[in-house]
Amino acid sequence: MHELSITQSMLEIVLKQAKKAKAKKVTKINLIIGEMTGVVSDSVQFYLDILTKDTIAEGAQVSLTPVPSQGKCRQCGQTFTLPEFDWTCPNCQGKIIDVISGKELFVESIEVE
Amino acid sequence: MEIKILKNILGANDQIAAKNRELMAKHEVFAVNIMASPGAGKTSVVLQTIRALKNKTRIGVIEGDIASSIDAETVAKEGIPVVQINTGGECHLESFQIQNALNNLPLPDIDLMLIENVGNLVCPAEFSIGEDLKVLIASVPEGDDKPYKYPLMFNTVDAIVLNKIDLLPYVKFDVDGFTKTVKTINPKVELFKVSCTTEEGIQPWAKWLLARMKSK
Repeated sequence: MHELSITQSMLEIVLKQAKKAKAKKVTKINLIIGEMTGVVSDSVQFYLDILTKDTIAEGAQVSLTPVPSQGKCRQCGQTFTLPEFDWTCPNCQGKIIDVISGKELFVESIEVE
Repeated sequence: MEIKILKNILGANDQIAAKNRELMAKHEVFAVNIMASPGAGKTSVVLQTIRALKNKTRIGVIEGDIASSIDAETVAKEGIPVVQINTGGECHLESFQIQNALNNLPLPDIDLMLIENVGNLVCPAEFSIGEDLKVLIASVPEGDDKPYKYPLMFNTVDAIVLNKIDLLPYVKFDVDGFTKTVKTINPKVELFKVSCTTEEGIQPWAKWLLARMKSK
């Protein structure tokens, strides 16, 4: 459900940048999305199709580059991809883990005509 | 033609959140964003916190719900200023809604703002609203496996209040396991165990909250 707000905010950025570049049409929107955010690509596309009606972004396709959730062990400094369950450090079995990626929500670029 | 942008999608929300933070700082208001799944006891914790602290500080409340004003009416009976936000279907509060709510509250008369978010463990974690503190209310009947199911929420908050501990004799819930998991996912988090029914643990939580507020 948060995809609606996220798509609205994303579209505002896209239309502003497209206008600045005097683009006639936006064909593709490239996003960088951290896996921990739980943002679903199909859902973003669904809302985008509705929100872009009668705008220059109508028909634009969303492309999502996922960023894996990565953690860093406080004890030994090892970085590793966070599993779904049990964030134990694979190197030293440390249990204090700082999240270093996976929360990203960025518009990377747009393709325009 | 490709145009490079690299902009935070929630930048606009964050900008208004920064304005909210500035406005509240000007009036020396300390804001707490209270998040939880539906039924975990957000309103009960808000009420208990009000009762524990209303003689020590001046409290205001913002209630966020998809619909209805039941929570605001319950809180208003405590005799404190309250604003209800109905999100009309949206599953979380956003900073512009808080901005509107702040314009309808007597900020010079408020020191502690308790903001009850919409019941949801996913979306509220992403939207900053200008709070000083993010608090998650977890509850015993929800089960001890929630941290790994909602890592962003458990990782984002400053404190977790585990509610309904009076139900521990009747529900399978591993408190030690839950505590360890929470500390792994969020090493800096403070954990409180409370029951809004028996009032066990409310005082240590309220005391900590007051200390955080005064140390700002």
